[in-house]
Order: sequence, then C-alpha cells, then structure tokens
Amino acid sequence: MVKIPYYPGCAVQTTARNYSISGIAVAKKLGIELVELPKWNCCGVFPSLATDDLMRHLAPIRNLIHVQEMNENGIVQNENRVITFCSMCYHTLKEANLFLKDAEKMEKINTFLEREKEFVGGVKEGYKGGVEALDFLEVLRDIVGYDRITKEVKKPLKGLKVAPYYGCLVLRPREIGIDDPENPTILEDILEALGAEVIDNPNRTQCCGSYHTVDRKDIVAKLTYDNLVYPIRNGAEVIVTCCPLCTFNLDHRQKEARKLRRDLQEIPVMYYTQLMAIAFGLDKQFWGVDLGLHYVDPKPLLKAKNLY
Amino acid sequence: MTEAEREIKEKVRIYIMGREYKVPAGLTIMKAMEYAGYRFIRSSGCRGGFCGACATIYRVKGDYKLRMALACQETVEDGMYISQIPFTPAEKPIYNLEELSPSANVFLEYYPEIAKCVSCNTCTKACPQDLEVMDYVQAALRGDFQEVASLSFDCIACGLCATRCPAEIVPYNIALLARRLYGKYVMPKAKHVEERIKEIESGKFNEEIQKLMDTGLRDLKEIYEKREIEPE
Ligand code: FES
Repeated sequence: MVKIPYYPGCAVQTTARNYSISGIAVAKKLGIELVELPKWNCCGVFPSLATDDLMRHLAPIRNLIHVQEMNENGIVQNENRVITFCSMCYHTLKEANLFLKDAEKMEKINTFLEREKEFVGGVKEGYKGGVEALDFLEVLRDIVGYDRITKEVKKPLKGLKVAPYYGCLVLRPREIGIDDPENPTILEDILEALGAEVIDNPNRTQCCGSYHTVDRKDIVAKLTYDNLVYPIRNGAEVIVTCCPLCTFNLDHRQKEARKLRRDLQEIPVMYYTQLMAIAFGLDKQFWGVDLGLHYVDPKPLLKAKNLY
Repeated sequence: MTEAEREIKEKVRIYIMGREYKVPAGLTIMKAMEYAGYRFIRSSGCRGGFCGACATIYRVKGDYKLRMALACQETVEDGMYISQIPFTPAEKPIYNLEELSPSANVFLEYYPEIAKCVSCNTCTKACPQDLEVMDYVQAALRGDFQEVASLSFDCIACGLCATRCPAEIVPYNIALLARRLYGKYVMPKAKHVEERIKEIESGKFNEEIQKLMDTGLRDLKEIYEKREIEPE
C-alpha cells in the first residue's frame, strides 16, 4: 500500500461525498492509501485573472505547504505528490505551482507568510516548491495503469452505455491539463477497462456553466440541455463525470433544463469512481448512490442492468 | 539617579486616543487607562480575559502595524497608541435553531460572505485569544461542525476578527452558530444530565432544598465551606 497525501476540498466533503467515498475505496483496492492532509483550507476556487493576484493564490499555496509539513512530520516519507478528486481543487493547486515558477512572486508570497510564524495557527515555514498536484484520473492512468484496473473488475459493466463528460478544469489551460485539451481519452479508457460501452459525447469538453449556477440558472439550464441532449441521442444511459461542479450542473439543473425544453429526457449522472466501485464489486456503502445526493436516481438503471 | 530619571525609568508614555499620558510600567492597558483618569462604563467586564468586552486596537511608535489585544490582559508598552472598540456592529442574523440542521449550507445561507475567504489568515493574526480563526472558518465552509466547535471553543466574541477580515466575514458569529448547532444536533447527549433533570423534576431534592432555604445565613455559610468537593 503506497501512502500519498490527499487533499479533499469542500465539495467532496459535502455535496459530492459520493465522489470521495467511492474514490477512496477504489484507491485502496488499487493499493493506494489516500492520507488526508491533517490541516487544509479551501483550494481557493478561482485563480484571479487580475495581474495583482498574489492574495488569490494564498489558499492553494497553504495547502501545498501542508503537504510539505506532512513530510517534515513523518506522516509520509519523501512524498511530494498530492491527490485530488475535485477538478476545481486540482486546477487551483496546479495553477498555484505554475504561478510560483516566477521567483519574484514566490518570494513575495513567502515574505508574507514569514510574518505568520509568530502566530498560533500561522504556517511555520514558507513554500519550498516542488509539491505536485495530481488528479485521481492521472493516478489511475500513470501510477495504477488500465491493466491493473481491468484485473480488479469483478462485475464488468457489460451493456452499460456510458458517455464521458470532462468539463474544462482538468483539461485547460494546456499547461496544466491532464490530457489532450481537445481530444481527451482518460475517462473513455477507464470505462473500457471496466467493460462498459463508451458512447461518443461531442460535448464532453464543453463548459458546464460553472458558478453561474448560483445566480444565473437560466444560462446553466441551457448548457445542461446542450451537454446532455447529444450523448442521449447517441444512446447514452448514464453520463460519467469527474468534477463536482459539472456534476451538480448536469444532474441537478436537469430540473431547470427540462422546464426550458420539454424534450429532454432525464439521465443519471455519476462519478467514474462510483462505476469503478460497482465494477470492482465493492460493498454498496462505497458506491455512494444511497446518500440522497443524486437528482436523477441512478438505481433504476443499475437495477435494470443487474448491477444493483 | 535623579528624580526625573527615576520617573522615566518606571513610567511609560502612552497615547489614549491621541492624548499623551505617563503611566506606571507593568500595568495592563485597562489599569493604565484608569490610572490616567478614565472610568469604564463600556469596554470592561470580567477583567480576567473571559468576557471579550475590552477589545483594543493599538500601535507602537515606530511600527506601522496595528495590533489587537484585550485591554485587561495586555501590558502597556512605551509609545503605545491605544483606542478601544467597545462594540462591533457586525452582521448577526436572526435564526431559529429548531428549524436549522447542521450542514454547511447553513453558513452559506446566513453568512454567505464565508465563501469569499481567501485564506489570508488576517483574522488569526487579530485574535487576542490565539485561536486558529481562519482554520475554523474553513472548517465551517466544509461543514465540519466538530472542528469549528473545538477550534473556536475559547472564542470570547470580542469581534476583532470581523473588523480585520478583508472579505467581510464575521468569524465569531459563524463560530457561535456552529457551536449552537453542534451542541444541539451533533454532540452526544449527556445521559447523566438527563437523568438528573428527571430526578429534580420528580421532586427528589425538594426536601433537601427546603431545609437549606430554612437555614440562617451563618449556618448556610458554614455548610457551604464544609461542603464536599469532588477531587479534580
Ligand atoms: S474585561 Fe473581560 S475580557 Fe477583558
């Protein structure tokens, strides 16, 4: 069992618990123990687009420092990687590192943090650089490997028609993307390793509407319609996602999308880790389908496919 | 040592709302202000660092930083510019605990600014109780009620964190809401307390209480002093 630091983020601790519960169990099955950072804060959500954006990067940098501390405290040995499930968290952690390539910015941040030493609750040491954020999808591809995934499959997802949806945060900008920004294949490859039938989704790298979901539901409803209608036409029975915000918009905003366009059929939206937990034959508690978090209940479909 | 020198040695120069006073070194800010002639009708309560009434902001000559303290706890320094904040008019919405549940959404609903936290830790630097304020705000954001309750346990609601937060978050009121919900819905119920309440309601102690009530003050004092105290 290899121990790797794990940064949860707020979403997978609350509205996307089905993602982390299934993901942690799947990782364990694949020989990876995700060790939660003993102390962590919000990932920062959005890197600022302003030129004077130092403050906005503090949140992710603090988390990178906590990974550094885990090594110093002996919680992990020589382990500079940190794994996330949430695409947003992955994105901000990765962006922060990119941002700190600029030595002047690194120095500014560390000068600011230096003054925290005297406070209880302040960081005791600045960021030294070199902590690497990994999205769990990358871990599956590069550390675990698809063959190993196939080996763990007890219940192949035969006949389950799945359309992948990536959103943007794990793909763009190119410098921090985990796969080809225009033509990614990680989700497809994983789904194939699980024995599912992959359905082409021309909208898989489109925007989900992001935080407009808070105050401009109409915008998101329209995008949700577009993002679902094509894979459904292609025969998809379930949409598979890797980002809590995309998932919320694709799943919960179906309510608004169906008000907008009545022809939209309801379709369940699930995290790839949930399908992995099912295919691996893990205990139902690790599937995350009974927590009341799905808007469209995936259980009828799973039952129809003899998976539940 | 001349008289003037001795005076300088034992006294420090402070500025209360801009006006200069010489006060004996070693006093707390609160006592120094009283020495200078102020009489507190606000900004003072327990005088023991528990009530949070005496929030104070100060700066020391030659330093650009504004610092926060409790007047009853902090000792005066030479060249201190002092002002008190008797009350923080921070946001404090009305809610009914009976209608709430312990989920992260509660904070987003009543204190939506919480989502604006950039983790700058300014609140933590302001806290005279040395609490990890930013960390409990963050714990609230992810619905970890136990963590908020334990990290904010020693909060005395002086309000200084709220005056400093660049995102206009009100940490101390968020913590109060969290502890209320934690106590009401999350924390395990104390069985022995419930049992004792039942005993009291059933009148088990009525006779004993009545006896005490009929006892004169002197005897009562004696009983009190001789009472059994549980070992620590
Ligand atoms: S007077 Fe109560 S805390 Fe200072």
